Amino acid sequence: MYKYDTYDKQIVADRARQYRGQTERYIEGELSDNEFLPLRLQNGLYVQRFAPMLRIAVPYGMISSVQLRKISEISRRFDKGYAHISTRQNIQFNWPALESVPDILDALASVQMHAIQTSGNCIRSVTSDHFAGVAADELEDPRPWCEIIRQWSTLHPEFAYLPRKFKIAVNGATEDRAAVGVHDIGLTLVTNTEGDKGFRVQVGGGLGRTPIIGSVIREFLPRQHLLTYLEAILRVYNRYGRRDNKYKARIKILVKALSAETFAQKIEDEWQHVKDGQATLTHEEFERISTFFTPPEYDQNINSGVLEQQFAKHEAFAQWHQHNVTEHKIAGYSIVTVSLKATAQAPGDISAEQMDAIADLADNYSFGELRTTHLQNMVLADIRQDQLFEVWQKLNALDLASPNIGTLNDIICCPGGDFCSLANAKSIPVAEAIQRRFSDLDKLYDIGEISLNFSGCMNACGHHHVGHIGLLGVDKKGAEFYQIQLGGDASQNTALGKIIGRAFGRDDVPDVIEKLVDVYLTNRHQDERFIDTFNRIGIAPFKERAYAKAD
Amino acid sequence: MPKLIKNLSIVDDAFSIKQTPECPFPSSNVLVSLQEWKSHKNELSQQPQQVGVWLNSDEEPEELVDDIQSLQVIAINFPTFADGRGYSIARLLRERYGYTGELRAIGDVLRDQLFYMSRCGFDTFSVREDRDINDALEGLSDFSEVYQTSTEQPKPLFRRR
Ligand code: SF4
Repeated sequence: MYKYDTYDKQIVADRARQYRGQTERYIEGELSDNEFLPLRLQNGLYVQRFAPMLRIAVPYGMISSVQLRKISEISRRFDKGYAHISTRQNIQFNWPALESVPDILDALASVQMHAIQTSGNCIRSVTSDHFAGVAADELEDPRPWCEIIRQWSTLHPEFAYLPRKFKIAVNGATEDRAAVGVHDIGLTLVTNTEGDKGFRVQVGGGLGRTPIIGSVIREFLPRQHLLTYLEAILRVYNRYGRRDNKYKARIKILVKALSAETFAQKIEDEWQHVKDGQATLTHEEFERISTFFTPPEYDQNINSGVLEQQFAKHEAFAQWHQHNVTEHKIAGYSIVTVSLKATAQAPGDISAEQMDAIADLADNYSFGELRTTHLQNMVLADIRQDQLFEVWQKLNALDLASPNIGTLNDIICCPGGDFCSLANAKSIPVAEAIQRRFSDLDKLYDIGEISLNFSGCMNACGHHHVGHIGLLGVDKKGAEFYQIQLGGDASQNTALGKIIGRAFGRDDVPDVIEKLVDVYLTNRHQDERFIDTFNRIGIAPFKERAYAKAD
Repeated sequence: MPKLIKNLSIVDDAFSIKQTPECPFPSSNVLVSLQEWKSHKNELSQQPQQVGVWLNSDEEPEELVDDIQSLQVIAINFPTFADGRGYSIARLLRERYGYTGELRAIGDVLRDQLFYMSRCGFDTFSVREDRDINDALEGLSDFSEVYQTSTEQPKPLFRRR
């Protein structure tokens, strides 16, 4: 993964020092609440229901064992001994004191981490495929590009006070695991007919109150022009995005208001001015960044033969292997997803002990690196198949091997009403109730691949619009209710879910989910996933069942 | 006399701002609105005192393209510090239209924004009155290195590494 040189270190250290000063001036009353607000937000600090929440950047989900141990240490020293993986691959602390944030930033800087632009109306920390570099279906590794974008967007002087937040995602594989269609800018690595590499550029996707799938404004952008083209998009948005209404301020509204064609033309015009300028990427820079992502020394002679015997002997291992292990591009290796979705554990939460232990696993079995996923799990990307069994045993002992990845119990869930001051309703206990309802593994596996995404309010941090089943907390005269959507899809077939009808009370949610699943089970054709059946039979049978009077 | 930060030092502000065309014309140097400039350019150019133009954040720097060579002071107003349009306007004036005169930030101009402003081509800062201008001056040296190309550092870090 990328390693800082003296320049990167300097910039992060300068920001930590600047933030310390800003915090001091705030505490001394020299900065008003209003003035401090964007400064702390641009540094990932929210003021939440009970305490501030600090969001740490994990750029495109890459984290080393050393960094993870530091996160663990910070969580013990300054928080309550755990951390939370967010739906944008970042790490959140729920209980730090505002006064201790400068010390946390210094601790982070010591391991080349920071909280720069993890919130606020600026270019946010870039996200990508959590299987980047190891996925069997990858065309090109997106991580060098993510790092190039990270550096370009970090403390960009022109785009620090945008109309609204701005999210960029990059995908380089056949399957879109980065959900590029629902980002302000979604970049897909492509090769044109001449064999040149570049990007397909989508703009104006996003969730929130007005979910929209991004429009393709350029089918092929030669890769050396990436930064000037991004600069053109951001400049047009900065100048013309709405600032009078925060609900209409995202770039998606501007793209819609102008039409994608007109918007694309505006970008083209602006780009002609900056194209070929100094920000045009050099071959040397691309090479320099790429060397940080060259494959590790893989062993070419791994004997995977033992697996079959181990499956035969240990059913639980076989189950785990089937669900939590993904094909690696190198024969003899596998990708392991560390499940942070054990029942009764808040989705995405990980304790300090677990962090230390999987940092050790990364060192011993996976070249010292890990990833965070927007599905709120973690990944050990390079596990030898002859060591899978050992790794499974160790994960199991840590309660990190729930064999539920990709199942109904692998719920994506925002912190909701237990932590977030914007929430309409709690999410974590409801997610747990659903997990308990589907605790029978045979049933869970019979239901098969399905995604359940849960947000505590329309800000959609739980990406409920793109879950096969989406749950949204709503407030009805002070009481917590839950609206259900069906048919969302975060893959390359991006689709937004449709609301099935009026919201349900908290206690009814597991029942209703079960009814919806039953409709699928009764109607599915062989091998059809929930989403396929839904797309074939439509919403009506689901609606009917969900609201049918008990007979 | 009010103070300004200009080219890294604190100096007297010799200009007053004429908010609307209806405001009386001062005897000092003056900054007039874009609208006033456009409708009275000829008279204004003949005034004995120096006349500059101030732009609001929703106005287009393109409107000043013909006057770029003759104007000596252009100011960009930040209605609130969270309105970031002025950064783009500044870069366009400097980098696209080749403006070389004084470029002044006015309005809600605070210490924590000065570094970014200076990178986008502002050289003069009219810090909000209730703030200590000496303190604000320190904001200009918050960072010792930067990644991107900008007005003040046209070469991105990757061309200098
Ligand atoms: S979706 Fe709403 S409740 Fe959930 S974390 Fe985001 S803002 Fe908070």
